[in-house]
Amino acid sequence: MKLEYLVGIVVLIFAAQFFYGLAANPGSEFGGADGAAEDVIAELDPDYEPWFGGIGFEPPGGETESLLFALQAAFGAVIIGYVIGYYKGKGESN
Amino acid sequence: MHIFEGFLPSPWWQIWFVISIPVIMYGMYQLNRLVSKKREIVPLLAVAGAFIFVLSSLKLPSVTGSSSHPTGTGMAAILFGPAITSVLSVIVLLYQALFLAHGGLTTLGANVASMGIIGPFVAFIFYKAASKAGMNFYLNVFLATAIADWVTYVVTSLQLALAFPAPEGGVMASFVAFGTVFATTQVPLAMMEGALTALIMKYVVQIKSDVLVDLNVLTSSAVTKLKETMQ
Repeated sequence: MKLEYLVGIVVLIFAAQFFYGLAANPGSEFGGADGAAEDVIAELDPDYEPWFGGIGFEPPGGETESLLFALQAAFGAVIIGYVIGYYKGKGESN
Repeated sequence: MHIFEGFLPSPWWQIWFVISIPVIMYGMYQLNRLVSKKREIVPLLAVAGAFIFVLSSLKLPSVTGSSSHPTGTGMAAILFGPAITSVLSVIVLLYQALFLAHGGLTTLGANVASMGIIGPFVAFIFYKAASKAGMNFYLNVFLATAIADWVTYVVTSLQLALAFPAPEGGVMASFVAFGTVFATTQVPLAMMEGALTALIMKYVVQIKSDVLVDLNVLTSSAVTKLKETMQ
């Protein structure tokens, strides 16, 4: 169980850095770092326009986007759980 | 957080494709050979791919006041090496580019290079060197995957800096500006990813250690030792 405790401690440290970040950046919405990078580009090269776009589906808003991200996570989690359970069951039946 | 669609001008988006495509092709060749030779690794391959899916969907808040997501590629890199990891990354990056407007098709080459190739390559080299030096397996997995995660975003910063050198100070000044955004934000996330990967590797050791020996990730004597200390 030792490793689980250590991971628990890392989770606590992570939560602590988040709350520190909340206090240190009042009013921040914790937007994506890619958006922040876009701002840096706008500063370095104010005339730059993305030269390509519009291929693929663009979620109409935050709700649909969070659905698709949740599906992505759920799909992955199902596979991980299935395989680990499969191996474990197989090991026990031998 | 990948580079947005259309945000790499010529010649940079082409250059990164030229770098990535041969590695992806070599990865597909390796993958085919591995799967036809060792069918028993397929479920583990699925887990490594699924792990990238899960981790790269989690946008986590960081101390900088921005959010970013881990990559999940360190586990695949340790198990299967960077070339196969690049193939798994392409799948995830295509999904996000096509359905989530996250990343992009023109920036796919650059994003595969950072997340699927260079980060995993560093993790792979670190893991092999540290395991030769006798480092504790879980500490090694933690460090190797955390480094892979972090290096991915250092490379992203460099890719953007090369494409957008600052009028004053050039590439170096831009690298610092992008690095402040990406690399600093990523530090707590990289730590989290390292811890999660170490944990899932522990379960793999517990239930399917023979595959790890088969893949040359661990020697059989190292597995015996790990299992003894686990009880």
